[in-house]
Amino acid sequence: MLGPLDYMIWLIGFLVEIGVVVYLITRKQAFRYFPICFYMLCDALVTWGQYYCVHHFGFESTTYVYFYYYTDSLLNVLMFWVIIKFYQETFAEMGVSKYIRGAAVMLILLTAVFSYAVVHQNRTHLTSHFVVEIGQNFYFVGVVLTYLLWGAILKLRETRTRLIQLVLALGIYFSADACTYALRNLFPGLEPNFLRWFPPLVGLWLPLAWAYTFTHIHDDARLEPARLMVRAR
Amino acid sequence: MIAALICVVSAAIFLQFFVSYCRSILASSRNIALSDRVREVTGIADQEVGADDFNRLLQLVRLCPERGDDQSEIRAVGTYYGLLAMLNRVSRPVAPRFAVWVEQERKSCSYFAAVALDRRISYSRDLFTQQITDRL
Repeated sequence: MLGPLDYMIWLIGFLVEIGVVVYLITRKQAFRYFPICFYMLCDALVTWGQYYCVHHFGFESTTYVYFYYYTDSLLNVLMFWVIIKFYQETFAEMGVSKYIRGAAVMLILLTAVFSYAVVHQNRTHLTSHFVVEIGQNFYFVGVVLTYLLWGAILKLRETRTRLIQLVLALGIYFSADACTYALRNLFPGLEPNFLRWFPPLVGLWLPLAWAYTFTHIHDDARLEPARLMVRAR
Repeated sequence: MIAALICVVSAAIFLQFFVSYCRSILASSRNIALSDRVREVTGIADQEVGADDFNRLLQLVRLCPERGDDQSEIRAVGTYYGLLAMLNRVSRPVAPRFAVWVEQERKSCSYFAAVALDRRISYSRDLFTQQITDRL
């Protein structure tokens, strides 16, 4: 059963996602950040779709469960597009765009095949198990890709504050979600009372953090990334 | 086995991203010099902002009218400071070198709060000036 807090998280998430899209369009930056804009729009539609499913079929219904997991996987694939965009921005001067695109597509296909192979042995719950397994693996691939990107940003001494903050917010999002999915696989008993709060809160984090970055960090703001590294003095 | 590995690796990477994100917010205030006015109000006239001053400065920030655009960053840094305070208590007897780093980070958080206070004081003064001008 959903409470007022669930609905509030949904509403805030939906409004912030739409807010990011509107902000980028009004500032004429929608084309420049098109993957982000498109992702936020799709995320808002999915949020609305989830509300519709709960309202018409119920929170416990299989319709909602399948809608939730499969749209989550689709959003993850869209998110890879966003990551590719960040990679292209970071490596813009090196002219390696087509290699980045090819590698990303290969990685997505490999993740899907690997997830299918893992659950192939567990045929009795194939579909339901597959969506959780692929969710966990997609998020983990996202973590790895974002971590590699962060490494490249540090190595190439990328100084654009906006890009740095967008990537860091994405890293927090992916790692928190991958951790949550893994915990759900490890301890299914924690799901009803504890872990069920994590995906909506983490889902709220990303549009909030990106909205903050777009509205507060100017395009020409610069930052020394080495200062962000954790070092004991 | 795979799930356990993913869980541990993700948790470790999450912590690293979170710390870097908070530091990127703190970095924006690092190069801003504090005004004499805020030094006078907070009593940090000559010496640098202390690591333990954060909560006191945050209380002063909350006394000022909200600017509306700094709430989210103050909240993020507040969470980071809470995490650092906990790490400080745990690491001090066990890892002194790490404790030094934590102390530096807490100082940066306090400095960030002082800069936020400075901005809010300026904003309050602007509001006050505007009101006076409107009355005239």
